[in-house]
Amino acid sequence: MGLKNNLHKLKEKYEGTKMAPAFNAIHTFLYMPNETTHSGGHIRMADDLKRTMNIVIMALVPCLIFGMFNAGYQHYLAIGEEVPFLSGAAFMIGVTKILPLVIVSYGVGLAIEFVFAMIKGHEVEEGYLVSGMLIPLIVPVDIPLWMLAVAVAFGVVIGKEVFGGTGMNILNPALTVRAFLFFAYPTWMSGDKVWVHGAVERANQLANGENVDAISGETILGNLAQNNAPGYDLADMFYGFIPGSVGETSTLLILLAGLFLIFTKIGSWRIMLSAVLGAIVMGLIFNGAVDAGWVSESSKFYGLMSTTFWHHLIIGGFAFGVVFMATDPVTASQTNRGKWIYGFLIGFISILIRVFNPAYPEGVMLAILLMNVFAPTIDHYVIQANVKRRMKRLKVKTA
Amino acid sequence: MEHIELFFKSIFIDNMVFATFLGMCSYLAVSKKVSTAVGLGAAVIFVMAITVPFNWLLDQYILRDGALAWLGPEYASYDLSFLSFILFIATIATMVQLVEIIVEKFSPSLYNSLGIFLPLIAVNCAILGGSLFMQSREIPSLGLAFNYGVSSGIGWFLAILAIAAIREKIRYSNVPAPLRGLGITFIITGLMAIGFMSFGGMLTGGDEAAQESQREAKVEIKKEEAPKNLISENTKEINQ
Repeated sequence: MGLKNNLHKLKEKYEGTKMAPAFNAIHTFLYMPNETTHSGGHIRMADDLKRTMNIVIMALVPCLIFGMFNAGYQHYLAIGEEVPFLSGAAFMIGVTKILPLVIVSYGVGLAIEFVFAMIKGHEVEEGYLVSGMLIPLIVPVDIPLWMLAVAVAFGVVIGKEVFGGTGMNILNPALTVRAFLFFAYPTWMSGDKVWVHGAVERANQLANGENVDAISGETILGNLAQNNAPGYDLADMFYGFIPGSVGETSTLLILLAGLFLIFTKIGSWRIMLSAVLGAIVMGLIFNGAVDAGWVSESSKFYGLMSTTFWHHLIIGGFAFGVVFMATDPVTASQTNRGKWIYGFLIGFISILIRVFNPAYPEGVMLAILLMNVFAPTIDHYVIQANVKRRMKRLKVKTA
Repeated sequence: MEHIELFFKSIFIDNMVFATFLGMCSYLAVSKKVSTAVGLGAAVIFVMAITVPFNWLLDQYILRDGALAWLGPEYASYDLSFLSFILFIATIATMVQLVEIIVEKFSPSLYNSLGIFLPLIAVNCAILGGSLFMQSREIPSLGLAFNYGVSSGIGWFLAILAIAAIREKIRYSNVPAPLRGLGITFIITGLMAIGFMSFGGMLTGGDEAAQESQREAKVEIKKEEAPKNLISENTKEINQ
């Protein structure tokens, strides 16, 4: 307990100064505070913000570890070497590529959080814990670290701190980071080659006339958008042995994480369920349009429109976005009825963008950002409707 | 099909606020409360629904090159399009007066809460922009012009509705002091535009790269203009 006491002493020493929030944050993050109140009436709750965040992190860790294995596996697959999925070689590649992403994300983000807390003179908020873990999971493995650092700074400052910190932001900070990268550095964020480690380099070498073996790494959505066969079978898509962002590939693990979040009541089942429903409805509409013969096979939308509706749920980042991003309690709708509408529109719009927008192969990120923008509007009208209904009831009673 | 496509295109893809950054003055100034925002948005829809088809008629039969041919063959060579700004503005100002009279008669409370911004619709760039886009995009029929006016108005309405709801939500947020008020509203608008970029490039198919660069250029111009508008807006407020 030496560390704990030392931290406590440091905290006492700096109490009331500018540095106080930083020491306090480190102390309370690692240990229970030295002084706790013992008597008196308290509300005893098992979850606070910190525990909520930790549970989401726990749900994310399997995705992260799977992503590390997968990054290496896809790398060896692309250069034509056969390695088993759960091999040390694959894992090592993944660790050396992904661990720096995690460190940069947390390092930059937490540094900004600490600075803001000191300037404002309030406690460091825990909100960044989850965002900092989500960000490495939704970027390509090969993204240069400085780009990530710039984007994280943008996301934390403009996306969150200017609104007053955790709980006040209107857009999901992790998605703000991704959208910033997407629009600022499109060559690193979209296209066929960015999702497998080393694929861009190999493509360049090939373009320079050097002799390289293979440069595969096309994503399923990319293939479908060009009316090609997806190139992977359904089991691979479901278990996640496909190229993609670090954490998004394994629908199985995301599904388990989603159930875990619902079970612990951290994530809203209403949003997850209604988003899946929205996606299914949109998928069925497209399938219906294809069946009715409204879309010719030469149409550039044919490949994505004829994809069986439930395949949409397991390819791309849809599952990851719905489970971890759409359920963000700050930026989602706050009312229960609003959550149904919000989730449904996310599912609906993400499939719409995926199919109809050739510029963006994956729609879930932008669909969630768009619905974040409209979530307060939905809430406003849900509340107004409730007020009206109760007023009517009151009138009936008094009349 | 043509109508549906134009309708959704003007609401979401070419949104007046988030794609062309027009009509920012009243968008920023009257978005503190949802109810006023709804009132102003409805007024904008109404004015656009009338002015765009009306200006379309003006453009077709008076202004464009050779439009006066119906008066007789000797007029066929006239090109009065240099008058379009004046005539369009005159139409808009008349319509705004009409709306003002109607609103004052039927909803005095809305009239009071809109205050100076109702007459200011006359100089709302979104509305003149609607008419000028109608002219430059060469919308082919009166029906489509009406559709374009209504749907651009709805796009603007959605934008001001969303930002008003957001501003009501963040009213108690601890925004850093220098950013309170308009500063944070500008930042929110930028973030909202990111959300609306989800639709950019849809329906165009293929040439979105060219469009993107065009849009970026447009945005840059508007960025320079926006603060100027705002300053004049503020001085107007102060003068009153």
